[in-house]
Order: sequence, then structure tokens, then C-alpha cells
Amino acid sequence: MADDQLIPIAADVDVVTARQRGRDLAAEAGFSSGDQTVIAAAISEIARNILMYAKRGEVALSVVTNGDRQGVVIVARDQGPGIRDVSRALEDGYSTSGGLGLGLPGARRLMDDFDVSSSVGKGTTVTMKKWRRMNA
Amino acid sequence: MEVPILKQGHYLIASIQSALTDADLSQLREALIERVGRFRARGVIVDVTALDVMDSFAVRTLRDIAHMARLRGAETVIVGIQPEVAFAMVQLGLTLKGVSTALDLEEGLAFLDRQTQLRIERGSGRIDRG
Repeated sequence: MADDQLIPIAADVDVVTARQRGRDLAAEAGFSSGDQTVIAAAISEIARNILMYAKRGEVALSVVTNGDRQGVVIVARDQGPGIRDVSRALEDGYSTSGGLGLGLPGARRLMDDFDVSSSVGKGTTVTMKKWRRMNA
Repeated sequence: MEVPILKQGHYLIASIQSALTDADLSQLREALIERVGRFRARGVIVDVTALDVMDSFAVRTLRDIAHMARLRGAETVIVGIQPEVAFAMVQLGLTLKGVSTALDLEEGLAFLDRQTQLRIERGSGRIDRG
């Protein structure tokens, strides 16, 4: 279960694969079906961001344990154009692509931990986590 | 994966069977809008019971379908949004504002019957809501 899964993102079908693998991993780790859906939706948004802005990249999925908590960790990386203003990109309704502007802020609301690091011309990495308390 | 579209009376029923890519969703939109004209449909039902995730692209496409169909004279109703999916949609900030929804296919058909009946009673006028 500690195996990291790496899903290359280069076409819209990869977005579906990434969110399905994420859901499966969350199910294996004992997340509720509600949380599985939330995780899948967040992966869908950030994987689509990769396609839209960077054309290609990858999504890495893993499970970590921290004390009595277990978490699904999703890392989305690309070597795309980067985000000039990360705090702006996290505002609702802000979009440079003509989309709904819900991708990043929406995914952030769905997950417990959310971090974006980006440098212009080099690429973007989004790291997000969802936690659950393990049964005593 | 192509979505089958059934014609039942004056209605078109698109029953999504599995996860759809963005291209599949766009293709569904085009197919439905074209068929509204070809079959002179008054109503469209999109059954999303089998969808385990609805992200911003899916929601936008469903909204586009409803608005485009209305411009072509047909009323759309989205049926079968699962509880977990509804929860995640709200968290994401996704709404289907201006789009009718119903619990399941049966409710969706009843809704369309009421809507189209209303339209006949009011004469030729189109019903405008939100």
C-alpha cells in the first residue's frame, strides 16, 4: 500500500484514470465513499489543470500514516508555464483559461492540506492531502 | 465511450453508463442538441446515476446542454445525482443554477410532463425560468 502510483497526464482519458486510481487507493485505505468521491473530484480538477495549462505532467498518489491518522497524498507536477500569482489563482472565479476558475480553489476546499508551489517558466506542483482517523 | 440516447415519445433520454472523458461529454452535448431538432424533442433527460464524480467540466457541460436545448425549444432535466456527488459538487462550489434536476428517471419524466403540459396550456410561448 506504500507503493506510489504515478499516472502520466497527457490526454483527457488520463484525467479519468487518475481520479479512478485515486478513488481506489482511498477505498483501500479505508476512506468513506463520501471522502472517496471528494478525493476523486479534487484529482479531476488538478489533473485537468495540468492538461489545460501545461499540456502534460503527472499525478502521483500515495498513502501515508501519521500517528493515528492515515492520509491520501496527491502530488500533481508539470513543467508548464507556471502560475504568476498563486494567491490569485486560489481565488474563486479567477481563471486565465476561460474556465470556471474553480479548479484550484475548489480542490483546496475539498482537501485537508493544500499547497501550491510554482515558478514561472518552470512549472507547478500541487500537493494535497486528505486525512482520516484510523479506528482505535 | 459513447452515451446511448433513447427517444421516448417527445423526449430524449441520455443514460450515462460509465465515467466520461471531457471529449465524451462534449460529444454528448453535440449529439443531444442535434437530436433535439432531428426528433423534434420537447424534453431532454440526462441520467447521471452512474457518474461517481462530477467535476467543473462535467457540470459546465450539463449546464451548456440545458441552455442550448432550451434555445432549441426543449426542456432539460438532470436526474440521478448521487448523494456523495452532490456533497463534493457543493464543496467544489459547483452549482447547476438555471438547470432543472430530479431525483431519478421517474421524477424526471413526471417533471417534463408537467413542463410540456404547461407550455401547451400557455399556447406557443416558451417557458423562461432563471
